[in-house]
Amino acid sequence: MDGRLTAGTGATDATRPGARSLHRFANPGRFLRATGRLMPFLWAAAVLVLGFGLVWGLVLSPADWQQGETVRIMYVHVPMAWLAMGGYTGLAVLSVMSLIWRHPLADLTARELSPVGAAATALCLATGSLWGKPMWGTWWVWDARLTSVLVLFFLWLGHAALVRAFDDAERGARAGAILALVGIVNVPIVKFSVDWWNTLHQPASVTRLNAPGMHVDILYPLLVCALGFSLLFGAVVLARTRAAVMERRVRALQLARARREDAVA
Amino acid sequence: MTHKKRRRLMVLLLAGLGLGTATALTLTAFQDNIVFFFSPSDVLANRPAGERAFRLGGLVEAGSVERGTGTDGRPAATFRVTDGAQAITVTYTGVLPDLFREGQGVVTLGRLLPDNTFRASEVLARHDETYMPPEVADALRRAGHWNPAQGAAPPAETWNTAPRDGRSGG
Repeated sequence: MDGRLTAGTGATDATRPGARSLHRFANPGRFLRATGRLMPFLWAAAVLVLGFGLVWGLVLSPADWQQGETVRIMYVHVPMAWLAMGGYTGLAVLSVMSLIWRHPLADLTARELSPVGAAATALCLATGSLWGKPMWGTWWVWDARLTSVLVLFFLWLGHAALVRAFDDAERGARAGAILALVGIVNVPIVKFSVDWWNTLHQPASVTRLNAPGMHVDILYPLLVCALGFSLLFGAVVLARTRAAVMERRVRALQLARARREDAVA
Repeated sequence: MTHKKRRRLMVLLLAGLGLGTATALTLTAFQDNIVFFFSPSDVLANRPAGERAFRLGGLVEAGSVERGTGTDGRPAATFRVTDGAQAITVTYTGVLPDLFREGQGVVTLGRLLPDNTFRASEVLARHDETYMPPEVADALRRAGHWNPAQGAAPPAETWNTAPRDGRSGG
């Protein structure tokens, strides 16, 4: 895999129609150059949008008529919940790319994505607990929504641990991809748990078929916060993937030098 | 797509189909154990055997809340939990959650006594999925569009873009 990542040129892919579009980004040099230009803009957009959204949500937006100021926990809790589920769906897409097309960058991105996804899910659970105590009267209950999100958290942690548990990185990536795809059944369960069963957690407010059950003065700052957190999430994952690619290049260069020195000696 | 890749894709699709079916069947089979609470209609139609503890959920019926002091000096409350069709009287000794009010959703844990009253050892508030600024809620109440003690807010499109200066959008 080291060899493929460092020596892949993309030129061989161009001769294979159909594979070209995906494998163009398997060229690590091209990936580093393209994302290197993107990163400053991504970080700037994340900081600006998130800063604006958090000030709007945490300070300027109105309180809720029955929940009061406690409702502001939502501006962190809901984006984290969306990122936990959306990020996991992304992990499943990367796993399909890894298993079918053996795309090496998909393996690397999945490996760097899962700790960030686990952190988002942990924040979702922690803020939910902090919100549940004053509103529901309990830190935690074993209803379908809360339990399925806890399972999602364990799936993230399991993936992060499994891909790092093999000496052969490619075998780890394969095992992790299978785990991620088995775990994808949990994503619709998380999403629809509040509709399929009665739960202590209330149903969705924003993504329901009729109008959002949320006043625009609360909805708009929430959407800006969600966009800001998503940009930050993307920037962190991309920065980690870039660092992983560079780490592999350094290791490959060190190996090559060691081999040269062996040959000389 | 090469033959090998198409075969991998087919294997993944088949495995996904099998896993999805197995999950759906399992969840359907355990339906009764996954629900967090039973409604008054569920409980009265299908009375739990003996003194088994379970959760009863629904809305606090308007005008049914009586607060007092229990024999041990703690606050006590009696109220009726309704799902629109049936209602069950609940007695509880202890501090109620801040969100507790008439028309609010609650989930109570306890036992059904032989006289069909429910003695709760825990009361949790269950709020709905509507969020609105206090000014908009006041405007809806003043305009007579909504009495929170009677239950859910009116359809969201009538108020979710209402201006916050006190005029009703509905």
